[in-house]
Amino acid sequence: MLNIDLINTYYGQIHALKDLSLHIEKEEIVALIGSNGAGKSTLLNTISGITPPRTGSIRFNGVEISRISPEKIVSQRIVQVPEGRQLFSPLTVLENLELGAFLRFSGESRKNIEKDLHYVMELFPILKERREQKAGTLSGGEQQMLSIGRGIMGRPMLMLLDEPSLGLAPLIVTEIFNVIRKLQEDKTTILLVEQNAKAALRIADRAYVIETGRITLKGEAKVLMENEEVKKAYLGKDYREKRRQI
Amino acid sequence: MGFYEQILQFVLTGLTIGAIYALVALGFNIIHNATGIVNFVQCEFVTLGGMMMYTYYSLLGIPLILSFFLSMTTIILLGALIERGPIRVARSKAIIVLVFITIGLSSTIRGTALLAWGPDNVPLPSFSGENVIRILGAAILPQHLWIFGITIGVVIFLQYFFHRTLIGKAMRATAVNRKAASLMGISVNRMVLLSFAMSGGIGAVGGMIIAPITTTSYDTGIMLALKGFSAAILGGYGNNAGAIAGGLILGVLESLGAGLISSKFKNAFAFLILLLVLFFKPTGLLGYGESERV
Amino acid sequence: MRNRFKFMAPFTQKKETLFLIIFALGIVLIPLFVKNKYYFMVMNIVGLNTIVVIGLNLLIGFTGQISLGHAAFYGMGAYLSAIFTTTYGFPPWPTIALAMIITGMVAYFVGYPSLKLKGHYLVMATLGFSIIVHIFMVELDQITGGPSGFPGIPHLSIGKLVFHDDLKNFYLIWTFAFLCILVSLNLVNSRVGRALKAIHGSEVAANTLGIDTDKYKAKVFVLSAIFASLAGSLYAHYITFISPRSFDFYYSIQVVTMVIVGGMGSVWGAFFGAGLLTVLSEILHVTEKFNIIIYGAILTLVLVFLPEGMVVGFYSFYRRRKVKTLIEKEGN
Repeated sequence: MLNIDLINTYYGQIHALKDLSLHIEKEEIVALIGSNGAGKSTLLNTISGITPPRTGSIRFNGVEISRISPEKIVSQRIVQVPEGRQLFSPLTVLENLELGAFLRFSGESRKNIEKDLHYVMELFPILKERREQKAGTLSGGEQQMLSIGRGIMGRPMLMLLDEPSLGLAPLIVTEIFNVIRKLQEDKTTILLVEQNAKAALRIADRAYVIETGRITLKGEAKVLMENEEVKKAYLGKDYREKRRQI
Repeated sequence: MGFYEQILQFVLTGLTIGAIYALVALGFNIIHNATGIVNFVQCEFVTLGGMMMYTYYSLLGIPLILSFFLSMTTIILLGALIERGPIRVARSKAIIVLVFITIGLSSTIRGTALLAWGPDNVPLPSFSGENVIRILGAAILPQHLWIFGITIGVVIFLQYFFHRTLIGKAMRATAVNRKAASLMGISVNRMVLLSFAMSGGIGAVGGMIIAPITTTSYDTGIMLALKGFSAAILGGYGNNAGAIAGGLILGVLESLGAGLISSKFKNAFAFLILLLVLFFKPTGLLGYGESERV
Repeated sequence: MRNRFKFMAPFTQKKETLFLIIFALGIVLIPLFVKNKYYFMVMNIVGLNTIVVIGLNLLIGFTGQISLGHAAFYGMGAYLSAIFTTTYGFPPWPTIALAMIITGMVAYFVGYPSLKLKGHYLVMATLGFSIIVHIFMVELDQITGGPSGFPGIPHLSIGKLVFHDDLKNFYLIWTFAFLCILVSLNLVNSRVGRALKAIHGSEVAANTLGIDTDKYKAKVFVLSAIFASLAGSLYAHYITFISPRSFDFYYSIQVVTMVIVGGMGSVWGAFFGAGLLTVLSEILHVTEKFNIIIYGAILTLVLVFLPEGMVVGFYSFYRRRKVKTLIEKEGN
């Protein structure tokens, strides 16, 4: 569905993505793991059209999208749920969700969009409760739910999730990952970028590891979870395991 | 006139000019919220509103209402043209550069207006006559009622636009977080274009409705706009409710100051208030409002 | 804006010294070749504007903020000198110094609070301030002479030498201009200057290094105001007549245009901008109607297409081409 071929992205003089290739098949969850500054968010911004690549190609369902504007990318039904929520804080929960469907209003019936609104509110009942509240007054976990809900409102074929677990308590992370699984069941394809490699690999079908702008490992998520390098670098030593060794 | 009647007169006059300040302040806010820049061309939006009205109505004899909307449309197009042209094309996007581009454009347009209409003041007839109306001993003209009415109309329209239409909400969203807005598929460029067009329209309306009272010329807009800007800062820069409050309060303070303290320094009051606000309470009376942009 | 620092001293130390020598020679030699009184007057106005513009350029280059109020500081220098020497008979030279001090203090009161605010508030504050000052100039007519102006200001003199004609004032004004350029270049290349560059590069970083950014910015603002005051005093004693018309909002825009056209942050660029635009303004004086539109158009066009200004813009263009040809040579 998405084919990224040898792209190179620069921030001014900084070469952020180096000859990067990856692909995503329909209805997969693909995880992209790597440490801070490795280029994960840059890749998402490149796909979303915010920082276009200097060279290389990105094809979505056969269509070349590497140099079109961010608005057109969204109209192709590629929706990014950005890192750090990036909500419209002074606007209400409802307004934020509405804006998620911004492009759909010219073309689809209001009814369709409201159906999705109900769907999101079922997925995240807390949003229904707080729908008239300003987005900035929500807790961290609720804000993440709103951010994902806003993304869902765009009716994406491909959803790009940038570190949805960042800064959230483990219980909430579990809830959110359950939602991500449900989205896959409802036929959304997902590219999941995460620092929390364990949670990401548990839920993903396939995964890529990115380091300083390059893909260093790729394969099925199950396989990667057992990979020694991945374990050392991203999964952390299990404390009990260490004790057993001693 | 007794003392209280005088005060009432000053207050009413103040509210009238205050309404214009409020409109101008709203114009400044809209562009500032969308782009972070202070748009000095607002001065010319106000001036040209009156001048185009004069051209269409007095020179070309087009009926009043039509002239009104034609003028507004002309300035809306001008605003859009400015954004689409110099602002969009500018090689540097640094805010201070864009602000200065607006200063340059303001001079260019003003210079053109001077060449087109000459330096003299031109009169514009009131919208519905000159019969003085007496309220509790103070005198107001029908034009004053037009000013209040139209200003209220504009305010209601803006409230509806920003809170009940999708595009309005999209504009607010863009003001708050540009990146997230483009991730929603909102074209930031289009929002900026729209902000310039709206600002033009509102400024023009302000210029048109006050022109019959003050007459108009190629540079009447400058003082009006700069004071309107002070009103925006007074109320809270970027805050639309603040713009209205700031405008009205500034108008009344200026009128009372001119009447009770000194009329020679009338024009200085607005700027004195500007400096005092900047130094002691830069967030203004009602704070910055939705946009965290400063 | 961060890249602007490359352009602060685009010329090496050696080149700078060379330019200074040429400049000094120019001051000495030009009067030998030029005899026309009108040309001298124009050059003198260029000199005065240069002083103002050099100061303003320091402000813009070091703080990234622009002042729309320098007409007020220029005017304060002129009126303070005029009033104290003519009405009260103070000696002119100490008065110039006094005017500079007073103007500097006022600038501090206006500048320090404005610069502390995040965002471009200096523009607004100086605009408001300058309008207020202009109104005072017009309305306090008992002291200032009002709109009809203030005549009868004495010429400056040193001992028996009275600076009463264009030639003598040429030497006077341009010597001061030279000194101001020296001070500017010194500042740009000094430890203080580098600290200020650091501020503009990253205010947060500068703060962590213990540099009090607000104080520094205010000091630069005050310095720029003092330069303007000096120029104003010199103007008053030269022309012997001043009126509020010369110190209005339009003048503030003119000097800022000069800085921008020359290149924000470039000392020599500022001088170039002052020269070019003053001469242009004189040429256009014939058709005063066109003055406004032409200034506006120049400002707009330069900013849209050459935001680094003309000196700096052409210089960097020249440098890029040089690099390009170097690369091409390497490739062969």
